[in-house]
Amino acid sequence: MQEILRFIGENIEMLYILILSVLVGIEVISKVPTILHTPLMSGANAIHGVVIVGAIIVMGHAPADNILVLLLGFVAVVLGTLNVVGGFVVTDRMLEMFKKKR
Amino acid sequence: MDLGTRLLWGLGSIVAVVLESQDTLAWYAIALAYLIASVCFIFGLKLLSHPETARKGNFIAATGMAIAVLATLLAPGIRNHLWILIAIVIGSVIGTVIAKKVKMTAMPQMVSFFNGMGGACAALIGLIEFKELQYVNGVIVTSMGDVIGSSLLSGHTLAILGGILIGSVSFSGSIIAMGKLEGFVTEKSVRLPFQQGINALLLLVMLGIIGYTLTLEQPIFWLPLLLFVLALIYGVLFVLPIGGADMPVVISLLNSFTGLAAACGGFIYDNQVMLTGGILVGSAGTILTILMCRAMNRSLTNVILGAFGGGAAAAQEEGEKVVREISPSDAAILLAYARKVMIVPGYGLAVAQAQHTVHELEKLLEERGVEVLYAIHPVAGRMPGHMNVLLAEADVPYDKLLELEEANEQFPTTDVVLVIGANDVVNPAAKTDPSSPIYGMPILEVDKAKTVIVLKRSMRAGYAGIENELFYYPKTRMLFGDAKASLEQLIEEIKQL
Repeated sequence: MQEILRFIGENIEMLYILILSVLVGIEVISKVPTILHTPLMSGANAIHGVVIVGAIIVMGHAPADNILVLLLGFVAVVLGTLNVVGGFVVTDRMLEMFKKKR
Repeated sequence: MDLGTRLLWGLGSIVAVVLESQDTLAWYAIALAYLIASVCFIFGLKLLSHPETARKGNFIAATGMAIAVLATLLAPGIRNHLWILIAIVIGSVIGTVIAKKVKMTAMPQMVSFFNGMGGACAALIGLIEFKELQYVNGVIVTSMGDVIGSSLLSGHTLAILGGILIGSVSFSGSIIAMGKLEGFVTEKSVRLPFQQGINALLLLVMLGIIGYTLTLEQPIFWLPLLLFVLALIYGVLFVLPIGGADMPVVISLLNSFTGLAAACGGFIYDNQVMLTGGILVGSAGTILTILMCRAMNRSLTNVILGAFGGGAAAAQEEGEKVVREISPSDAAILLAYARKVMIVPGYGLAVAQAQHTVHELEKLLEERGVEVLYAIHPVAGRMPGHMNVLLAEADVPYDKLLELEEANEQFPTTDVVLVIGANDVVNPAAKTDPSSPIYGMPILEVDKAKTVIVLKRSMRAGYAGIENELFYYPKTRMLFGDAKASLEQLIEEIKQL
């Protein structure tokens, strides 16, 4: 119990961010037309590519002689970038098509 | 202390203070950049949910991402810039090339693939961070040099293990989902004996590993490694039993999983932008998943535990039923002399790549004064909105695309309904047969129209694997063949009228 309280106390700002983000996420999505479900999913998919920030931090802090961490970090950055860039480009391609019709 | 040493010491401390304040300022600047990036994500998602602004929203979210990445690269203490940049360039080039090359029909697979990459990235981060945990003088120190306590029991460790678990499940699950859509994994529901028991057991074992690891005083690396492997297996077993038709829901769910895995990264590094971005997608993705399930009138549990594609449904009575075929020329006449035609597209349209052909048919009919509208079922195709994307590609104006309720109001005044490669979404069993697995799902009530023409490759059942009574209705006519070829024939015939 003490541990839990301590954890909450130490991370209270993070917990606020967490709860507010959950609510914002729900609020933003609840009124979306079916027509946009696929592009929206794809856009959200690109946004969680923000995990790349973590990959950069890992690599950025890897000691130069720690080949294993450098290598895994490198792979992680490549994968994260794939998620981000691929995600945004695919979403844009889908949405481009909606625009042409006018 | 002589004067020289004093002077040096004084100078040194001034430099240190300046450097430190610069460091602090740099951190503030980065915090600000992260704040801007987070706002970009929120606004991006918001704009993405309106047709008019969607493209701008995507652009804003991408800008936010660029800001977050740049800020991280410039953060104090980051080294190996060259290697990071090389990795980013490699990822960008590969990502752009695949994303640009992929066919419109393969979009869902693509989303699943990129989602899997994000999951793998999160899992790798977790593994590395666990490996970097050091046991020094009776306390555990993180890769950042922070002391987390005298044992592994901390939010930090939990976030690391959570990231490994969720990221890996998301990775292997996404690849299987992609495989099911792409065809390199069977789209049928594959069940091991005691599947649910095995899954539950695996989950328990994994939670057990997490719990046990948290109680350790010194890190043991093979534990998270085992967790990683088990989570990969779990991801496969989680998706395999679910039929191809439900993949959109699964992809959406895995999408929100990856969001959570990214948020775990946010906890590991006390990084706000990872936390907001990840959680935002986690919650938005969950809502989207629920919306998709609701469109099929099913619960998420029902999708995951799988009621579709089971053998029970296929074993219906095979009575003497008559199917009425129609020739392309007769169908052309029906269409050309109708006042109002509704087109119901389904996955068959996507497979045949017939979106341009159907648009051509629509224009031809409009020139003859026929009113042509499209009825889009929320789950037609392999993904909600799949049909909209396809038809938009063919330049079909989207005020012609009616959603479920609007379309159902139109059917009673419609002369001809043209069903192109759709099956389950027009199956009357959803309304009439309580024993049907799709009972209760809202359908397009095409049988309210005067005539229904169904373009279909064969009499095979749809993805849900159930018979469709509609095909035997007296007002239904079947036109067998590839959707694109049939549509081309229809166009030819109409031109000759």
